Amino acid sequence: METCIALIPLIPLLGFLILAVAGGKFDRKTAGYIGAGSVGISLVLALIAGALFLRSLPGVSSYSVSLWEWISAGELRADMSFSLDSLSLVFCIVITFVGFLIHVYSIEFMSGDEGFSRFFAYMNLFVGSMLILVLADNILLLYFGWEGVGLCSYLLIGFWYKEPENGYAARKAFIVTRIGDTAMIIGIFILFVNFRTFHLDELMLQVNDKWSVGSPLAVITAALLLFGALGKSAQLPLQTWLPDAMAGPSPVSALIHAATMVTAGVYLIARCHVLFNLAPVVMTAIAIIGALTLLIAGFSALGQHDLKRILAYSTISQIGYMFLALGVGAWSAAIFHFMIHAFFKALLFLAGGVVILVLKEEHDIFRMGGMKKEMPLIFFTFLAGSASLSALPLVTAGFYSKDPILWYSFSSVTGNFWLWIAAFTGAFLTTLYTFRLVFVVFFGETKLKPSFQPGKLMTVPLAILAFFSIVAGFIELPESFGRFHLFSSLAENTLPAVTVRETGYPETLFQLLSALIVFAGIYLAYLAYYKKPSMSESFEHGRIHRFFESGFGFDRLYDVLLVNPLVWLSAINRNDIFDWLNIGLARLTVLGNRLFSLTQNGKLRWYVMSFTIGIVLILTYMILR
Amino acid sequence: MLTVPIETMLIFAGLLFLIGLVGLLTRRNLIFMLMSIEIMFNSAGLVFIIAGRHWKQADGQVMFIFILAVAAVEVAIGLALLLQVYHHYKTLDADSVGKLKDNNQ
Repeated sequence: METCIALIPLIPLLGFLILAVAGGKFDRKTAGYIGAGSVGISLVLALIAGALFLRSLPGVSSYSVSLWEWISAGELRADMSFSLDSLSLVFCIVITFVGFLIHVYSIEFMSGDEGFSRFFAYMNLFVGSMLILVLADNILLLYFGWEGVGLCSYLLIGFWYKEPENGYAARKAFIVTRIGDTAMIIGIFILFVNFRTFHLDELMLQVNDKWSVGSPLAVITAALLLFGALGKSAQLPLQTWLPDAMAGPSPVSALIHAATMVTAGVYLIARCHVLFNLAPVVMTAIAIIGALTLLIAGFSALGQHDLKRILAYSTISQIGYMFLALGVGAWSAAIFHFMIHAFFKALLFLAGGVVILVLKEEHDIFRMGGMKKEMPLIFFTFLAGSASLSALPLVTAGFYSKDPILWYSFSSVTGNFWLWIAAFTGAFLTTLYTFRLVFVVFFGETKLKPSFQPGKLMTVPLAILAFFSIVAGFIELPESFGRFHLFSSLAENTLPAVTVRETGYPETLFQLLSALIVFAGIYLAYLAYYKKPSMSESFEHGRIHRFFESGFGFDRLYDVLLVNPLVWLSAINRNDIFDWLNIGLARLTVLGNRLFSLTQNGKLRWYVMSFTIGIVLILTYMILR
Repeated sequence: MLTVPIETMLIFAGLLFLIGLVGLLTRRNLIFMLMSIEIMFNSAGLVFIIAGRHWKQADGQVMFIFILAVAAVEVAIGLALLLQVYHHYKTLDADSVGKLKDNNQ
C-alpha cells in the first residue's frame, strides 16, 4: 500500500526525467509509449491503492508514507511524504485515468508535431505535479505541486512557442495565477507562524482547537487561500487567463481543464474545509463568486465563435458550480461534480480537438457544419459529452452531479433562493451554448470537408470517456430516487456531510424544474441555430454579442486598471536612480582608465621626471609641515 | 685632522645627487643614464658615511657597503637589459625604446 502511494506521483516524474534527458534519442513511438505508459502505470497503482483503501474502510481512513526529509531548519520542517484518504483517492484516480486517456490520444494527435517527446515530457511533469499536489500531506509540498502545475501550464500553453501570441497567452496564464499564488503563500505563512507546522492534518486539528468561528485570523487566512484557489481555478476576478490558455494543443486544454490545474483550487478548499468552516464570511464569498462566475462565463460562452473558447468558458462556468457547492458546504457534491466534469470536459476537448485537427486548424464554428455526416463517431461522443455538460435528466452523469448542486444551493443551511436562481439560470445558459455548438458544428450543410478520419488511438479514448460521461453518475443518486450514495459515503470519510435545512419544498420539484430548463435550452438552441438561423442573426452581430465575446470586458478592464499604469510607470522609470548608480560607476571607471593611461606614454625620462616631482613635493610637505 | 663642517659635506653630497639627476633627465643614451644612476647611488652612500662619522657610529660605513653591493647587482641587471635592448633595437636611445606604453594613445 505504502509503496503504491509513493509510486503514484513518482512514476510520471520518472517518465518526465527519461523524456527530458534522453527524449531526442527515442523515436516517436518509444517516446509516446514512455509518456502514456508512465501515466498508465500510475493509473494501475492508483486503482490498486484504491481497492486496498476501500477494503480497509471504515477501519483506517487515511494512509501516509514518508519518503525523505525535504526541508528541516529549526521548527520549519517539511517532509517528502504523501498521504491518501478518500478525497485524494478520488482526485488521484480521476487524474491518472483521464490523464492516461489524454496521453493515449496525444500519441496520434501530436504525431505530426516537431516537439513530440518534449510534449510528452511536459505532460508527464504536469500529471506528476498534480499528483504531488493531491497526495501531499503537508501544505508546503502541496504548494510545491501547485507551482509545478503552474509551471507546466506555462510550458504547455506556450508549447507552439514560435507564435508570439502563444507566448503571450502562456505568460498571461502564469502571471495571473501567480497573483493568486502569492496570496496563498502568505496564507501558508500565517498558518505556520501560528501553529508551527506544515502538516495538513495537524494544522486542521489545531485550527479547530485554537481559532473560533469567525475569528479575524481564520477569516484572513481562509480569504488568502481562497484567492490562491481563485487564481488556479480561473474564478472571478482571476478568470481571464483561461480563455487565452486555448493557445496550447487540444490535449493540453483537455488536461488543464479536466483532470488537473483548474480543479486544484477546488481540491485546496475541500482539503482545508475545517479552516473554511471557521470563516462563514469566506464561505459566503465562495458561493457568491461561484454563482457570479458561472453566470458571467455562461454568457461569455454564448458570445464565442471559437470552438475551444466556448469550451474554455464552459469550464470556468462548471468550476463556478463546484465553487458554489463548496460555498454552501456541499463538499462531496462539489467533488462529485469535479469527477463527472473531468470525464465530459476531457471528452469535449478531445472530440473538439479532432474536429479542429481534421479541418486543418479551423477554430470558427460558423465555418464548420454538417460534421455529423462526415464523422458520426465523433458526433456521438461529442453529443454524449454535451448532454452530460448540459445535465440532460436521468440518462447522463452530468445530471446526477449537477442536480445536487442546484438543490443544495437552495436547501443547504447557507444556501438561499438567489444562489439557486443563479445556478438555475446558469443551467439554462449551459444548455444553450452547448447545443448552439452542437447544432452549428455538427448539423446543417457541410462547409468544410475533413481532411482525414481519426485513427483508433484517438477514437478509443473518446468512446471510453463518452461511456463514463453517461454512466458514471449512477454511483450517486439523489435522495428522491432511492438512497444510493456510493460516492458521498466514500467522500464523507474525509469531508463533512452537507447540512440541509427544512425548506418546505420537495427535491423532486426542483429536479423537475431543472429538467424543464434543460429541454427549454435545447429547444431554443434548436430553433435559433438550426431551424430558423435568422433568429440568432441579429444576436450574433449585435453589440451585446461583442460584449459577451470579450468575456464581459475583463481583459480591457485589467488593461486599463493594472497593465497600462504598470507599463506607463516602468516606461517613465526606465532610467531610474539605480540605473544611474550603475551607469555612473561604469563611466567613472572608463574615465579613470583614460586619465591614467595618459601617464603610460613609454617615455623613460618622463617617468623619471614624475618621480622627481613627486619626491620634491613629498619633501616640501615634510619640511614645511 | 682636517675638519670639514657637516653642512659642506651634505651640500657636496646634494650637489652630487643633483648632477646625477640632471644627467638622468637630460641624457638620452641609456648607458649614460645608468651612469647617472650610479652617481646618485654614490651620493646617497656618501650621506651615510657623513652621518656615520658625525655620530661616531660604524653603521654608516656598513650601510655604504650594502649600497655598493646593491649597486653592483643593479648594474649587472641594468647592463644585461641594455645589451638586450641594443640587440633588439640596434640603438640605445631611451626615447625610441617606448614600446611599453598604453596602446590607446
